[in-house]
Amino acid sequence: MKNKIVTLDEVMEKITDGATIMVGGFLSVGSPLSIIDAIVEKGVKDLTIISNDTSIPGVGNSKLIAAKLVKKVITSHIGTNPETGKQMMEGSLDVQLVPQGSLAEMIRAAGAGLGGVLTPTGVGTEAAEGKQTIVIGNRKYLIELPLRADIAILRGTIVDTFGNIFYNKTTQNFNPVMATAADLVIVEAEKIVKEGDIDPNKVKTPGIFVDYIIRSNSNE
Amino acid sequence: MSNEKITIAKRIAKELKDGDVVNLGIGLPTLVANYLPDDVDIVIHSENGILGVDAAPDKSLVDKDLVNAGGSHVSTKHGACFFDSSISFGIIRGGHVDVAVLGALQVDKNGNLASHKVPGKMIPGMGGAMDLATGAKRIIIATLHTNNGSPKILNELTLPVTAINVVKTIVTEKAVIEVTPEGLLLKEIAADTTVEEVQSLTEAPLIVSPDLKSFDVAA
Repeated sequence: MKNKIVTLDEVMEKITDGATIMVGGFLSVGSPLSIIDAIVEKGVKDLTIISNDTSIPGVGNSKLIAAKLVKKVITSHIGTNPETGKQMMEGSLDVQLVPQGSLAEMIRAAGAGLGGVLTPTGVGTEAAEGKQTIVIGNRKYLIELPLRADIAILRGTIVDTFGNIFYNKTTQNFNPVMATAADLVIVEAEKIVKEGDIDPNKVKTPGIFVDYIIRSNSNE
Repeated sequence: MSNEKITIAKRIAKELKDGDVVNLGIGLPTLVANYLPDDVDIVIHSENGILGVDAAPDKSLVDKDLVNAGGSHVSTKHGACFFDSSISFGIIRGGHVDVAVLGALQVDKNGNLASHKVPGKMIPGMGGAMDLATGAKRIIIATLHTNNGSPKILNELTLPVTAINVVKTIVTEKAVIEVTPEGLLLKEIAADTTVEEVQSLTEAPLIVSPDLKSFDVAA
């Protein structure tokens, strides 16, 4: 079996300018903080970031925005990071806002081989602009298309050497869906254990989705 | 938090029933949990992936892996559970949340809600607001009656709509208003106001309930 455990330096060779990257986490809880720091250090630029939010200044994926490495962000909420709004107003950052539940399902659809999802969320609002609608029964739905990425960077609390992931408490958030919807999936592990040492009942992300595992430098 | 906001939170707390699954928006709505009657136990949902949210823990018990959707550290009740964002919003859109208590920038007489954007000034993104407003079984709006004197309860929204025809109940420091097919029904007014004052602070016409009550949550 392929050894998936690599160093942060090795994994950074795979993360290159212009990539579309999904970043797990909710206000940085469950975010791959060591990989984010390494992207900033390497200065990988022209990124498209897909993430629930852009965190708060100085923490997690907000550092990518602050370092001006991001050209576009697809997200549900930027209100906690004034720098994202500032770059959006200046025109240097393209911000595509998507309702949070729709964002999760668009990513899930991509990973699950679906051609999109039908959601009542956003009907009649600006979130519907440019999107097709369909009536089923008496209710109108938006057609939200699948959302994929080149790379997903995730954080797992315990990861076995096969890539099976256990997420503690509210660190799950977008990590499990993102694991399914990128060409290259990298998980930053707080703790790495031998294959099979996570109770199969507690595995949330099956190891088949994971390409590389790195050890987290962060205790945050 | 101002006395007006505490009044609103206390009044909304009386709307919740034992066993309700409730999502409380960030800010004023979060206060509602502090004023539940002793015989009412609710299951608080947080959209980042919790059912069974409890109060903020003592500093010594803070867990870096356990926050609510506002990013604040919380604790969990006995019987709580965690899930991912897909399940969390399935719970919301699927009608499994009995009540969502949300803030508002504006509400109109048709129950349309504006809560996520002031063009050119405040563009934080809708986060989970559109899903909650669309999917929860009952939407209670917790808001000050006016924005520094200018009405927030309008004939028609002037700000971008967050969800159409979803608001059921509006609770302010002045009044409890139900959105009905006939229009806005004024059901209760605060003990320290009059119907005339409430109407003067409300752009949309109010239908005064024949059964109009007074509420005084200070008692």
